[in-house]
Amino acid sequence: MSELPQYPPIDPTTFDLIVIGTGLPESVIAAAASTSGKTVLHLDPHPFYGSHFASLSIPEFNSFLNSNSAPPASQSCPETACPSDDPNLSIINLNCRSLYSDLEISSFSPTLLEECSRKFLLDLAGPRVLFCADKAIDLMLKSEASQYVEFKSIDASFIGDGDGALLAVPDSRAAIFKDKSLSLIQKNQLMRFLKLVEGHLRATAASVGTDVNQSEKGEERETASRISVEDLESPFVDFLTKMKLPAKIKSIVLYAIAMADRDQENKEISKQVLKTKDGVDRLALYQSSIGRFANASGPFIYPIYGQGELPQAFCRRAAVKGCIYVSSVEINPNLEFQSSGNYKGVKLASGQELFSNKLLLDPAFTKSSPTSSPDDSLCARFDFLTAQNVKSKVVKGICITKSSLKPDVPNLLVLYPPQSLYPEQSTTVRVLQIGGNSAICPMGMFVIYLSASCEDVAEGKKLLNRAMSALLSFPDCSESSSIASEENVSHPVGAEEGKPTLLWSALYAQELQTTGQSDCITSSPTPDGDLDYNSVFHATLELFQTMYPDTDLFPATNPSDEHSGENAES
Amino acid sequence: MHGRPRKPLKPVDEAAVAAKAEKLRALQSEFLSNHQNKIYSKEAVELSAKLLEINPELYTAWNYRKLAVQQNLAQCESDPESVNSILDEELKVVENALRQNFKSYGAWHHRKWVLEKGHSSMDKELGLLDKFQAMDARNFHAWNYRRFVAALMKRSDEDELEHTQNMIDKNLSNYSAWHNRSVLLSNLMKKAAPGFTSKDEVLTREYELVREALFTDEDDQSGWFYHLWLLDQTVRSEFPLLVSSWPVEGSDISLPAADYLDGCASMNVFHYSSRNFPLVLYFNQSVRGVNSSTVSVSCGFNLNIDLIWKPLSSTDSQSAKVWATHLAIPDAELHSSEAYQVEVKVGFSQGIVSTTGVAYSHPSQISFQLHLQKTPLESGQDSRFGRIQWKDDCFAVYEPGSAEPDLVNLLDNLTIKNEVESTASTWQARIIDDETNIFRDLLDCKIGKLTVARLLTAYNSLRPLDKPVHCKEVLELYSELMKLDPSHYQYYKDNHSLVLLQQVTSSKESLLSRCFHYRDSTLSTNGSPLCLRLNNLAISQLGSFEKLLWVQMLDLSNNELQSIEGLEALQLLSQLCLSNNKFRSFTALESLRYLKSLKVLDISQNEIGSHSIDTTRYLFRSPLSHSVGSCDWNINYLSSETYWEAFFVLKDMGLTQLDVAGNAITSKSFNVFLEKLLPTLKWLDGVEVN
Repeated sequence: MSELPQYPPIDPTTFDLIVIGTGLPESVIAAAASTSGKTVLHLDPHPFYGSHFASLSIPEFNSFLNSNSAPPASQSCPETACPSDDPNLSIINLNCRSLYSDLEISSFSPTLLEECSRKFLLDLAGPRVLFCADKAIDLMLKSEASQYVEFKSIDASFIGDGDGALLAVPDSRAAIFKDKSLSLIQKNQLMRFLKLVEGHLRATAASVGTDVNQSEKGEERETASRISVEDLESPFVDFLTKMKLPAKIKSIVLYAIAMADRDQENKEISKQVLKTKDGVDRLALYQSSIGRFANASGPFIYPIYGQGELPQAFCRRAAVKGCIYVSSVEINPNLEFQSSGNYKGVKLASGQELFSNKLLLDPAFTKSSPTSSPDDSLCARFDFLTAQNVKSKVVKGICITKSSLKPDVPNLLVLYPPQSLYPEQSTTVRVLQIGGNSAICPMGMFVIYLSASCEDVAEGKKLLNRAMSALLSFPDCSESSSIASEENVSHPVGAEEGKPTLLWSALYAQELQTTGQSDCITSSPTPDGDLDYNSVFHATLELFQTMYPDTDLFPATNPSDEHSGENAES
Repeated sequence: MHGRPRKPLKPVDEAAVAAKAEKLRALQSEFLSNHQNKIYSKEAVELSAKLLEINPELYTAWNYRKLAVQQNLAQCESDPESVNSILDEELKVVENALRQNFKSYGAWHHRKWVLEKGHSSMDKELGLLDKFQAMDARNFHAWNYRRFVAALMKRSDEDELEHTQNMIDKNLSNYSAWHNRSVLLSNLMKKAAPGFTSKDEVLTREYELVREALFTDEDDQSGWFYHLWLLDQTVRSEFPLLVSSWPVEGSDISLPAADYLDGCASMNVFHYSSRNFPLVLYFNQSVRGVNSSTVSVSCGFNLNIDLIWKPLSSTDSQSAKVWATHLAIPDAELHSSEAYQVEVKVGFSQGIVSTTGVAYSHPSQISFQLHLQKTPLESGQDSRFGRIQWKDDCFAVYEPGSAEPDLVNLLDNLTIKNEVESTASTWQARIIDDETNIFRDLLDCKIGKLTVARLLTAYNSLRPLDKPVHCKEVLELYSELMKLDPSHYQYYKDNHSLVLLQQVTSSKESLLSRCFHYRDSTLSTNGSPLCLRLNNLAISQLGSFEKLLWVQMLDLSNNELQSIEGLEALQLLSQLCLSNNKFRSFTALESLRYLKSLKVLDISQNEIGSHSIDTTRYLFRSPLSHSVGSCDWNINYLSSETYWEAFFVLKDMGLTQLDVAGNAITSKSFNVFLEKLLPTLKWLDGVEVN
């Protein structure tokens, strides 16, 4: 704190919006606000973009998680809680809390990784991919942030079992045709079901698209193919049962296409039961993602250079529109309030006061103990900033290997539906392998991301460990140090045939937290436990709408600009 | 490229269109003058390229370029580099033209022409094709060209087969790929290439592949066609075989003695009013080369001349499934009360070959006996038969064992037993059996029902000697399909009819139950002819002719027939009732021309003349469509040109009785025309002709 601020004081000091943290929601809102003509200051305490959505090198990753998973001790230094010079101002101190816990890093090949530790870009919020027909893609095109990002196609997706076998997900007609594991009848049942959903969507689209007079004729024909309202409101799993789909197909549809997180069969345990209408929407998203871009082989794409590219792209967009960026700024912001209780601005660690109409905060910021607060009612209003005792967590794992889970398939997705690893497994484990061709690791190496939602971290870790041992072979622990020196890591000695050998792994838990809002202050959501960005973007758009109800989100610019955006995409 | 709705053309600026047309016109006239004046200068050739880029359909311009290339090549024959540059230029022009319209015949043809000059690397061509097939995987021009390139570069059929597999893997709805697969496999099996020597194994593999496609997407029709092709490959007998004959092996045929030949009377069911006794050979497929040297006939009496075998086919004068000849009974030498042994030996000497070139190699022999019978001449022979009336009360149920034991024997031996066939069909039967069991799982959809019906039918066709099984199930399947898919009603109906006829003709008992004595007041029971009644069966197509060669009197009334194709095999037919069917024209009755014994014909209550467009001519290939002028058209005795079809079909027939009432064509003038055309006619629409 005694250090002089690295940066000269920020000028100007008054903005429409101050955003702290460059996570994806914050960056999108900064870009949207700038685009609509607001003056925006975007601050980040870190030297990199992306906050909880960043892609980091191994050392950066280590230090970020270590510092962030340390208990928040020193941050709430009492001296910063000094009363304001101005007696009319009340102050609330904010702390930077950690979203992460239970970090475990194991390195089985220190020397090898030492050489290229900076060549990795590890996603904090992995495993995550984009559906080609995702809202996120539309928003990127609309905002023209897409011109700053390039994508790689995820080559294939698989369903895994406890024995390490990977079966391709029969997600399209061609895939079903080629599939070797389904019986003829199962192929027929699955395809019929997909067609049923397709017919329903077409019928729905047709009745929405045409006016009543025109559609009357078509409607009679189409109503037969629509799924009844009753069915749409029922649990998706019940609808699948009603359609007489066998367990194997149900599991594929629920967990590998509709991407359900929790065990849908066990409704007592599971809190999130997917309704048919949501399931159908997810199938629609999946199907419309296939073939949207000519050079994407499946429904998923992944940004080259990692997930961190996405928030960065929006930040660049915001900067083009006049947003001011200051990173590595030591923020220990104190919220300043007028005596009326209205938010006025923030005070940085440097002591500089910055004023804005609205404030958007990284989810890691929490209100410190209300000792210094002069006003209890004021505190109560910002309860959402208090560190919640979050129950819902997602356990994440990152593994590095020197060979692919499937030969010749560098980028792939593996799903372990509930009960596929062991009977008590109640959530889906998602595994994403990204290879060197996406520029996130040296060529010939692979980064494997895993995640599973859980209530209990130990249980979640057990699940990930089980998935990892199904997919990977662990170097003999007693020899872990010597193996590295022997330089034969690339040849998995004594390992089960074909399984990649684990070189490095990290396991950690992340809290799940939704947005919080009061008047002018908004806290953005943490990365969620989903595989895609749909919910993140959905929540972000809602946030923007509540912050600026009368403002269009990225209003359409002139057509020629939009066209160039499309080009960048395809 | 497929399944996309056509978008209405955008309204365009008329002035711009006019300007464009004007520009094109100017280019075109300049080009044509170059062409006429044989100007092949650089500028002139470039002009044609420009023109082709706008309009690749201008084949004159392609031809002009060919001439230009030929001339330019002649000038620089020695220099390989300039030859290359000339041909490269052509390939570039074609590529640009194809970019404009990749379905331009002229452009593809020009490319082939250039390639035949031995230019361009084939790999480059395949690369180009991949590009076009990526744009539209089913573009048949590209597929066509691919076959050409593959042949030119001698790419192996195996590699090409692999290519079709890849295309099908990408999108199984690719008729072109499936088709090419069938072509390549036929080649490979014919060559007996390694891995393709066993038809059994190859077909089993292919069934597995197409099964995956059909189960994945039961609505995709390209797979259906391929499955149908496989089924045909499985069932089709490679070897031509004799299926049935008239007379049948071991039968006794009674003929009236010479004295009474004209009398036409016989105590026997089988009686012939002519000295020409027909012999009919019915093969399992179309064959050629049936003649007096490949088929020898020996009998107790002298045959003065070589028999002339005629193919019974309206489309082909060289080959047919059915061949017939007439044995002339010499008047003088025969003695009554003597039985004459006749032996017909088929294929003992080489010469009979199937249309696919496989030789007939299973010689068979048919022996039967001819008896001459003297019967007293009845008085008033003209009126003796009176008018045949096709009324139910004129028919009495046939009682076996009464007078004609030979009919029962005959019905037992309708088909010829070919041992080869029954032993060779074991693997086919296995394939079809397996396939049927698998497709039974798909019985809840259209293609499942249809495939099972086809498979069961195919199974029966493999074992022609055994009683057909599953007929009832197949008939039910087709009935369901008619309801389920009304737009293809007629197809299902036709197949339903064929199976129904198969069932009816399958056994002696079933045939006998449809045999009736015709009797009216003028005839005694003994002399009454025997009629096979296949009326009121709702059949729309005829079949199983091989089992009906013996029929002389046939009632097909009250069905839904539109054609009698195939009926020409029934050479003994003398009375035929086709009333209350759906015949739309006389061309649909063309088979009648081959039925020389036919005396009585009822075609009343049909639709002849009520359809201005004769669709039969599109449905059934017929020389009638082409040979209008070849008949001796005597305009003088015809009241109207509109009856030329009736003229063509009926002109040489010796009909004594004809019913045509209840057709749109009938009129007074038509009746007059018929009376003139058929001088033998005694009854026309129930009225005695003067």
